[in-house]
Amino acid sequence: MVDIPYEGIRGIPPAEVPDVELYHPRSWWTRYVFSQDAKVIAIQYSLTATAIGLVALVLSWLMRLQLGFPGTFSFIDANQYLQFITMHGMIMVIYLLTALFLGGFGNYLIPLMVGARDMVFPYVNMLSYWVYLLAVLVLASTFFVPGGPTGAGWTLYPPQAILSGTPGQDWGIILMMSSLILFIIGFTMGGLNYVVTVLQARTRGMTLMRLPLTVWGIFTATVMALLAFPALFVASVMLLLDRLLGTSFFMPSLVEMGTLSKYGGGSPLLFQHLFWFFGHPEVYIVALPAFGIVSDLISTHARKNIFGYRMMVWAIVAIGALSFIVWAHHMYVSGMFPQFGYFFATTTLIIAIPTAIKVYNWVLTLWRGDIHLTVPMLFALGFIITFVNGGLTGLFLGNVVVDVPLSDTMFVVAHFHMVMGVAPIMVVLGAIYHWYPKVTGRMLNEALGKFHFWVTFLGAYLIFFPMHYLGLLGVPRRYFELGDATFIPSSAHSLNAFISVVALTVGFSQLVFLFNLAWSLFKGEASGGNPWRATTLEWQTPETPPGHGNWGKELPVVYRWAYDYSVPGAAEDFIPQNQPPRATQLVQGAAS
Amino acid sequence: MSAVILFLTVLAVIAGWWLSQQRLTAKPWLEEGPAGDFPGGDAMAWPAAKVGLGVFLAVASALFVLFISAYSMRMSVVDWRPLPVPRLLWVNTGVLVLSSVALQWSYVAARRHDTEGVIIGLLAGGASAVIFLAGQLLAWQRLGAAGYFVASNPANSFFYLLTAVHGLHLTGGLVALGRTSAKMWRGAEIAEMRLSVELCAIYWHFLLLVWLVLLGLLTGWTDDFVNICRQLLS
Amino acid sequence: MAVALILLLVAIGSVLFHIYSPWWWTPIATNWAYIDHTINITFWITGFVFVAVIAFMAYCVFRFHHKEGRRADYNPENKRLEWWLSVGTGVGVAAMLAPGLVVWHQFVTVPADATEVEVMGQQWQWSFRLPGKDGRLGTSDVRNIASDNPMGLNRDDAHAQDDVVIESGELHLQVGKPVKVLLRSVDVLHDFYVPEFRAKMDMVPGMVTYFWMTPIRTGTFDVLCAELCGAAHYQMRAKVIVDEEGEYHAWLDQQKTFAELSPAKAVVKATYQSGGK
Repeated sequence: MVDIPYEGIRGIPPAEVPDVELYHPRSWWTRYVFSQDAKVIAIQYSLTATAIGLVALVLSWLMRLQLGFPGTFSFIDANQYLQFITMHGMIMVIYLLTALFLGGFGNYLIPLMVGARDMVFPYVNMLSYWVYLLAVLVLASTFFVPGGPTGAGWTLYPPQAILSGTPGQDWGIILMMSSLILFIIGFTMGGLNYVVTVLQARTRGMTLMRLPLTVWGIFTATVMALLAFPALFVASVMLLLDRLLGTSFFMPSLVEMGTLSKYGGGSPLLFQHLFWFFGHPEVYIVALPAFGIVSDLISTHARKNIFGYRMMVWAIVAIGALSFIVWAHHMYVSGMFPQFGYFFATTTLIIAIPTAIKVYNWVLTLWRGDIHLTVPMLFALGFIITFVNGGLTGLFLGNVVVDVPLSDTMFVVAHFHMVMGVAPIMVVLGAIYHWYPKVTGRMLNEALGKFHFWVTFLGAYLIFFPMHYLGLLGVPRRYFELGDATFIPSSAHSLNAFISVVALTVGFSQLVFLFNLAWSLFKGEASGGNPWRATTLEWQTPETPPGHGNWGKELPVVYRWAYDYSVPGAAEDFIPQNQPPRATQLVQGAAS
Repeated sequence: MSAVILFLTVLAVIAGWWLSQQRLTAKPWLEEGPAGDFPGGDAMAWPAAKVGLGVFLAVASALFVLFISAYSMRMSVVDWRPLPVPRLLWVNTGVLVLSSVALQWSYVAARRHDTEGVIIGLLAGGASAVIFLAGQLLAWQRLGAAGYFVASNPANSFFYLLTAVHGLHLTGGLVALGRTSAKMWRGAEIAEMRLSVELCAIYWHFLLLVWLVLLGLLTGWTDDFVNICRQLLS
Repeated sequence: MAVALILLLVAIGSVLFHIYSPWWWTPIATNWAYIDHTINITFWITGFVFVAVIAFMAYCVFRFHHKEGRRADYNPENKRLEWWLSVGTGVGVAAMLAPGLVVWHQFVTVPADATEVEVMGQQWQWSFRLPGKDGRLGTSDVRNIASDNPMGLNRDDAHAQDDVVIESGELHLQVGKPVKVLLRSVDVLHDFYVPEFRAKMDMVPGMVTYFWMTPIRTGTFDVLCAELCGAAHYQMRAKVIVDEEGEYHAWLDQQKTFAELSPAKAVVKATYQSGGK
């Protein structure tokens, strides 16, 4: 521990930022609405994402009602069912998870964790939120236009997405494309901020290897998103032109409802390549921030440094790079050139190795720890189980020939819900329980939190684990009703009904969480500045909630990595990153 | 998608080189101590805005490279009929080169603290960029008049699409250029404006480069190159 | 310790569910048992990892949960342990990937004696076509599609005239004979999906995709569409009936060829037009 000679310690003058460089809100409007403070923008992002996410949650209830009890609910027809699955998927993946992890957690945590006063381009950061809000509003408006939202499936595959056999063909699909284009523009503005803030605004002493893994995860995910979203942008623009101007980028000659269409020569597979060139990195854009955050939750609440920090960082970078050359594993049965299968199966299974290392390191961090079973810790444990489960079923679908019978069945639905639905949501919830005290100055109620955890975790597991077996049986996805197929026994229908009941229960239990959020805001126990006794910089702010500019007059100086928990010989079981070595030098010297 | 993979490889090499400077193999738990004892804690020497522009150019390049990828995949289908590139495009290219030169002039003037030169350069650059955009619109109009509509052939569709995307990027640049010029006009300190002028010039050179690549693609000069790439892939 | 116990029960419950669940894949009807074997290998390896990781985690929670006076170890990393785990994972991944790639090679290598069968999807029904006496399928184009030529066959192509066109939604195949299933769509993406066959592939307008298989048992199987194709996707059904040789030929003899199906008028018109040019 004390390899470093301390003669070299000098009084480092803390970096002072002259007042003029800071943006200062002058009125209520610029403080709370058109604010350029990353913390306010983070809350705006989070609230908007949660609001539209609740819409997607309600859509999932409607879908489950139809699947569990087909024929019972006359107000759901086949067209609406397709609209529900499409909007549910699109909202959850892009408008909720991407926006919440990067726009919400990224904005709040990056400046605080790297010791900056704010994002480097606050004005652009503010614009990013407002463009995102516009994208959400355009998306939501599709529920009210003639024909309703598009029912093309969240993958929006042409030709079907823009032809008349699909609901929402006239307004829904056009507004969906427009909303995606807006989202990407807004995200790019925010993403530039997150990347450049990590690169340029780290405080003194904050080397890359002293960054908390949360920042590593969000940073890498943002870099990936900046490079992957253009593919969706290109695909959306070209599909929009096919729909509006009758170009044939993706549209081959085809017969639309009995008559020969005006299209000709285009390639539906070209769209799929572009879509998945975005779509696969997107999986990791959601997963990497979750990986980073869960590492910090486990380390803090087990009072132990994260095991294998260097390996964790390398794994994040490796996963980020590899995820750009695996996209076609979503296309094994798409009719693409079959020889591609060998390459993409190999790259896909290779990516399992760095991912597995991360899992090992999380559970090894628990070994000989001092595990406090707080609500954030419980959610972290729930994340490990659901992520391991979903990650392992990914090995089925990534292994090209195994994917052939399983693709487009409920196995796929169960897999991706487990790995990029439930698992990241576990992290989101755990992270909210963890950082809520910093954002509001009050603790969330623990009893309600534990109730919320057990219902959510066990319920979600009961929904998605048995669903894999429906897929093995051969039940296809995106079916309004299964009808009479000889291979589907009546017990499968009972299982569907069971899953629906559990899904509704889990959905409604989220009301407990919303109540907890609102109630604790006023009545929660006061938390103090560092209730979890954590080491990272965001817990060392002079004020809680952190004031404008985060750090008062002087920026913190960083002297150590982010994981000095239970250091032998130290008086406390944590040493904050900004605590100078001199204070602990004697005890540490004695220990070594 | 080979163009995209190539582009990402280049980016990966740059990122790998940068990461290799950051001591990622250091054992941070052994490196307790004050700032300055361990290299790699500092931000890059560049100002944040310049790094931001660099990141943005990477994103914009990704966008154009993806369009080019789509172009090369779509053009291999039999229904592709290349359209005659209007002569006007060569004039426009010349104007865009002038625009780039003018902004470089302005940047050099800023380094020499020559306020007048900066303003002249900015205005000349902005004006020629506007002329370029007008020329592009005129080229569209001529093509339309000659019966080359956007939906009549995929080659036409790509021509309109690529020129439009490039033009929109240039329009965005004009907004930044306008703000910089307005500040200069109102008599801002040249030392403060030097960075803004430099960023505008970099962005203009980038768009010129993109335009030359697109022009090569649209006139078919790069067909041979694309063919070689496709043979390499298959 | 309740939390540790529940975590362990999740792992044990998952394994028990796997063993005793009544929901399992359908009895296979083709030569693709290899795929099922690969899935089984994957189940064994991933199941082991799943139980091992969760049991270890549950043990840690049981053994090291917070008590008064406990202090965690300080243990930044263990290079050797991490390398061993990585290598072990690599071996496990290879054990799943290698059989997968071998079977994929078989999957994409169509035997020379496979007979061709064409399946055409459109919103929202299936059509089938068998090569006639000449053993070759004629060419087709969506532009030829008309009410009397639903599959868009090329009237000028001699090979097309004797093709057997099946619009009844029932395809018969002969047991034990390898078939190459050519897949075509005239409007949007579809996917010819028979769960008992294991093999499936998307049908893409503008191109012909394929897979091959050898039916190994007789029976009637449901055909479903497995790629979202619009409002009535879930209703796009047909049947495949695998017959013994005698029954198959009896069925085949009853089917009409393209020439027989097309009204004479249309043929005359087509001849007139081509003759006129």
